[in-house]
Amino acid sequence: MKLTKEQVLHVARLASLSLTPEEEAHFAGELSGILDYVETLNRLELPPPGLHVSEDMSEPTPLAADMPRPSIPTEEALSNAPDHSGSFFRVPRILEEGR
Amino acid sequence: MSAPFTTLESFRKGRDERAFSIEDAVRYYLDRIEGIDRALGAYLTVNPNALNRARQLDNRLARNPANSPFYGYPVAIKDNMNVLGLPTTCASRMLANFRPIENATVVERLLKAGAVILGKTNMDEFAMGSSTENSSMGVTRNPWDTGRVPGGSSGGSAVSVAAGLAPLSLGSDTGGSIRQPAAFCGVLGLKPTYGRVSRYGLVAFSSSLDQIGPFSRCAEDALELTVLVSGPDGRDMTVRDRDPQEMVREFEGSVRGMTIGIPEEFFGDGLDPEVAASLERAREVWSAEGAVFRPIRLPSASFGVNVYYLIATSEAASNLSRYDGIRYGYRSLSSGNLKDLYQNSRREGFGPEVKRRILLGTFALSAGYQDQYYRKAQQVQSLIREEFDRAFHEVDLVFAPTTPTPPFRFGEKLDDPLAMYLSDIYTISANLAGLPALSTPSWPTPSGLPVGAQLIGPAWSEGRLLRAARVLEEAVGFRTPPVSVQTAGGKVS
Amino acid sequence: MSAEYEMVVGLEVHSQLLTRTKLFCRCENRFGAPPNALTCPVCLGHPGVLPLLNEEAVRLGIRLGLAMGCSIHQRSVFDRKHYFYPDLPKGYQISQFTYPLLTGGGLTVRSGEGTREIRIHRIHLEEDAGKNMHAGIRDASHVDLNRSGVPLLEIVSEPDIRTPEEAVDYLKKLRQILRATGVSDGNMEEGSFRCDANVSLRPGGSSVFGTKVEIKNMNSFRFVHKALLFECERQAQLLDRGERVVSETRLFDSSTGRTLPMRSKEEALDYRYFPEPDLPPVVLDPKWIEEERSRLPELPHERVARLSGEFGIREEDAEVLVLEEDLSRYLEEAREALHEYAGKGGWPVEQGTPRLVNFLLSEVLREWNRKGPAILTGSLAAREISYLVALVVEERLSLNQAKDVYAVCIESLRTPREVVAEKNLSQESGEDALGRWIDDVVRENPGEVQSYREGKERLFGFLVGQVMKKSGGKANPQKVNRLLKEALSR
Ligand SMILES: [Mg+2]
Ligand SMILES: [Zn+2]
Repeated sequence: MKLTKEQVLHVARLASLSLTPEEEAHFAGELSGILDYVETLNRLELPPPGLHVSEDMSEPTPLAADMPRPSIPTEEALSNAPDHSGSFFRVPRILEEGR
Repeated sequence: MSAPFTTLESFRKGRDERAFSIEDAVRYYLDRIEGIDRALGAYLTVNPNALNRARQLDNRLARNPANSPFYGYPVAIKDNMNVLGLPTTCASRMLANFRPIENATVVERLLKAGAVILGKTNMDEFAMGSSTENSSMGVTRNPWDTGRVPGGSSGGSAVSVAAGLAPLSLGSDTGGSIRQPAAFCGVLGLKPTYGRVSRYGLVAFSSSLDQIGPFSRCAEDALELTVLVSGPDGRDMTVRDRDPQEMVREFEGSVRGMTIGIPEEFFGDGLDPEVAASLERAREVWSAEGAVFRPIRLPSASFGVNVYYLIATSEAASNLSRYDGIRYGYRSLSSGNLKDLYQNSRREGFGPEVKRRILLGTFALSAGYQDQYYRKAQQVQSLIREEFDRAFHEVDLVFAPTTPTPPFRFGEKLDDPLAMYLSDIYTISANLAGLPALSTPSWPTPSGLPVGAQLIGPAWSEGRLLRAARVLEEAVGFRTPPVSVQTAGGKVS
Repeated sequence: MSAEYEMVVGLEVHSQLLTRTKLFCRCENRFGAPPNALTCPVCLGHPGVLPLLNEEAVRLGIRLGLAMGCSIHQRSVFDRKHYFYPDLPKGYQISQFTYPLLTGGGLTVRSGEGTREIRIHRIHLEEDAGKNMHAGIRDASHVDLNRSGVPLLEIVSEPDIRTPEEAVDYLKKLRQILRATGVSDGNMEEGSFRCDANVSLRPGGSSVFGTKVEIKNMNSFRFVHKALLFECERQAQLLDRGERVVSETRLFDSSTGRTLPMRSKEEALDYRYFPEPDLPPVVLDPKWIEEERSRLPELPHERVARLSGEFGIREEDAEVLVLEEDLSRYLEEAREALHEYAGKGGWPVEQGTPRLVNFLLSEVLREWNRKGPAILTGSLAAREISYLVALVVEERLSLNQAKDVYAVCIESLRTPREVVAEKNLSQESGEDALGRWIDDVVRENPGEVQSYREGKERLFGFLVGQVMKKSGGKANPQKVNRLLKEALSR
């Protein structure tokens, strides 16, 4: 499949990556080549897609007990943050509410 | 100074007989790293606390006998596993300053057994690559020919063992990232069964394929290390409750009567004749020891690379969404608004191969394309699993090349991602099928480049794989690369 | 809204679960801690961490499924839902998409005079996001991740709801079930019960769906009602003008009562769902489900049936009492107290309960609707109402007097005891006292008595009035009637 620059841009936006115009062109070509290659899969006759089950279904999944363990100190939670304010992580003003 | 020991067993003996102290052992490796590693670049970080820990262990040893063969043993760790006190960079600008706040499970178990972490080794950025050229922290050279790549993504861990900069190391294998560099550097590398070793604390690349495993000079050491780090830890729900001792039991014995399958798909066009010739010698060794070879078919395995580059990139794109410059990691200076914070931090923090895979994986999962790409790949993956299942009804192990060629030169495949991806063509299917596989040194090419022989087994058969590897290892012998570097203190070799 | 449109509403409720810890790590699941005090590498989304599924969250999901008659799937699968937002540490939410824990089931809601069945589409487990704060911060927003990873059940109804009243009744009943089963505290103020609505209109009688609009940010039942009314009107006007309803997400603004566009779905996100590789499929032991079934408490609809039987009241009335938890608790407490009064007064409590329930359904419910739950405490706490009802049973107060006293108490914040004492209201039914007042009145009004005896029956009312006056209004009128008749016929 031939990816257009617009498609690359759309995918980059989904991935929150900004690309330079050169990168757009470059990746459009390169990804098209990779997709052409992986597309040979489409020539295979395959059963219809279903739930991919490889594990034994009769075994109940072991789950974790609901027992609290101490959280880490707030300073430690913030220790790797590029920016923080008081006990909060700090980011540029969020203008659009919700998601 | 020559190595005071070469294997876990010789270390244990020397340590318990007080032929050397733990401090001596650790100092030997630290000196060697200082002398040689400038030229090789295996390490990204050397543990500044290693000698201290060695002395503490010596002190304790004076009062109590060691309770583990790993007590005092120096080990190198790929820089995508968390070690408290050392940065975890994944060789990425994105994590250049990241300090983990807890140990990976494998590290925790090593430390509990008394091991000494020598440092963190170089790799392809976020484990994405087959040559360690994608590291944003600098190159790692193949000790057999410093003009060639060590393989990847665990290049640093492979080199550390090959060049005697660590007696043992841990790497991670998603599509061959342990076995391929092991083959390129002339050491043993094992990827365990998916679900054997906890991935907690391993920075995720492709969660359904990643598995941690050892690099070693011999099968026995790989066995010991795998046993040590295996089994449930209550932190990784994909780990299965298997007794690690089953590996020890299956390790005993010879290959007499073992049936080894040779998939014709793995020995066709594209396999370098010198590699093929070396592997033929390996086959003769196993035959002479009583193994029976028979041809098998794995027709879908030839689609492994296609499947892999859809599944692994899809999961990678997802796993790497967390790098946004908010809670940790690189944040762009030009991040005046939220959109710029995300987009610029990720643009500047990730290298080209990582971006390429994020884009490919995002595309493969995107609306309108998911059925055609991601789902299709999952279906073919099931097919590959089924073919292996069927094969293991007929054979005990599968024998294959680890890589199509000997180690290649720097830059040779850097501009052609597809060519680079194809260097994993023989290793990928074991990851897709969740099976254990190893690469063990075969005879080098006439020009002296290492060649790896790959063995793939049914789930949970690591012990059997290592048993077969030991047979070849005895025939080939461990080969030390011709590394020599001038240092201030004199010639170290 | 023009009458020719039918409103079609589906509701999505996110309900936080009453677990001790988060869904995938063992940080406490607790509201109100200092910012970022309840975090760990897992809920911060640090490199290398993995999720560990909380057994209790799955248990609570099973309980809700049992209570709502859902199919509980023995095998469900977690998926990743991707979007970038500062309160979402991993860049994806772990949720269930293709194979949810629960499907089907439903709820019966009041609709006008009757009832209607609202079907449940699906219920799945997922993790909550953290919180972004903006208020009072210059040029920045702050992120608190205490809520990151808190377990949620997302309850998605079929688009079966047709009026704002049905929507509110659905939400109240759903919340009631969540609370009764111990799944959630349903606290809307603290955000542990949050609701989004999908709203569309279609011509009456049509079976095709119109373009739907998603409404968010309705954080009270009243706002849900308002938002739905507003949105219907808005869409009806668009359609009347021949315009198109745009598929979009709108926020309810409680200060204006309007919905405002947030972002159009056309440019919307592509969540790129795929199965979470870090979690195996959730396979349930069928024995576990049966154990939970046997441990299920009395459910709201069972309680309605029981109360309506016990008190002999209509199911609708019982439902009101059950639905409003504070009212039903009030009733239980008042009944408890009524037992004491019955014991002291030497009468069977059954004589009082219907009066109590009726008083609650009429007087108390009316004031509760007007003034809210504050009227259920303090000077009008449950046992005060029982006191009032006991006075009526013992005929020391007429029902009308009791109602008056209640009204005075509501306005003056005094207890019934105080008001009765002050007004000297307590009814006199003792035959001695009544006999004395009657004798006095007969003696003091010989002319009227004479005329009455001669056939002027109209004068009986006058004489009763005189007795009541003498008693200061305290005499039991029925008894006065009887005793006076006896006295006059002597
Ligand atoms: Mg949701
Ligand atoms: Zn946590």
